Amino acid sequence: MVLQLKAWISVVLIMGLGSIAARAETIRVTIEKMVFTPAVITAKVGDRIEWINKDIVDHTATVKGRWDVVISSGKAVTLQLERAESVDFYCRFHPNMKGRVTVTP
Amino acid sequence: MFCRTMTALAVLSLLGSTHLAHAADKPTDPQIAHIAYTAGIIDVEAAKLAIAKSKNKDVVAFARDMVRDHDAVNTQALALVKKLKVTPEDNDTSRSLVKAATVERAKLDKFDGAAFDKAYVTNEVAYHKQVNGALETLLIPSAKNAELKSLLETGLKIFQGHEQHAEHVAAGLK
Ligand SMILES: [Cu+2]
Repeated sequence: MVLQLKAWISVVLIMGLGSIAARAETIRVTIEKMVFTPAVITAKVGDRIEWINKDIVDHTATVKGRWDVVISSGKAVTLQLERAESVDFYCRFHPNMKGRVTVTP
Repeated sequence: MFCRTMTALAVLSLLGSTHLAHAADKPTDPQIAHIAYTAGIIDVEAAKLAIAKSKNKDVVAFARDMVRDHDAVNTQALALVKKLKVTPEDNDTSRSLVKAATVERAKLDKFDGAAFDKAYVTNEVAYHKQVNGALETLLIPSAKNAELKSLLETGLKIFQGHEQHAEHVAAGLK
């Protein structure tokens, strides 16, 4: 009970701090006809990217050695950006699909 | 041995493209649907052979991608022809594709291990190149129905992705 209460308090605290620091945003990236839109993304640490795949085939948003998000046909997947960096991403299944994301602190 | 295979491949793809060019007296939509569908089935069959034979994880992963994507495109193609009430029609181009694929499969069957991987992936690059060339220069320009044309255009982008993916896998085998 005490433990639960403590956990609850810390959740509230984290949420509170989060909203003071900066409101995290969700950036929607649609994949349609083999194209990421937008293909050039700028975001802040803590923001999320929601990948929406409208194609009939599965895709990925991959940064070699960093992240690998598989987005099945007709599905959406959310990725939280945890590091300030500027990286190129591509689809592992179709390397002709490319984009770039710049994450600032 | 590998050189001979390469030459045979080159001749084959040359024959293939000549043949496709000959049939350039504008294939009809039912013929185009048949050609595109057949080309997909051929690649799925080759991929299934690779999944069964290869022990290389990149090659097997690539082959699985081929099965998944070509099945998805063909499912869409079938749904479209049904909706349009079009019956895919067999034709010389489809027949020559099947003939070439039968020869290629018999050849692939004889290889094992790294030699198989190399032969399969090399053929995947060549095959996607050939099919993409046919889509670009013949099938898409000839397609009359807008929805069929649009599906072929999306298909072309997907298969161009496969061609690059196959090139990456091929580079990794060296
Ligand atoms: Cu993709």
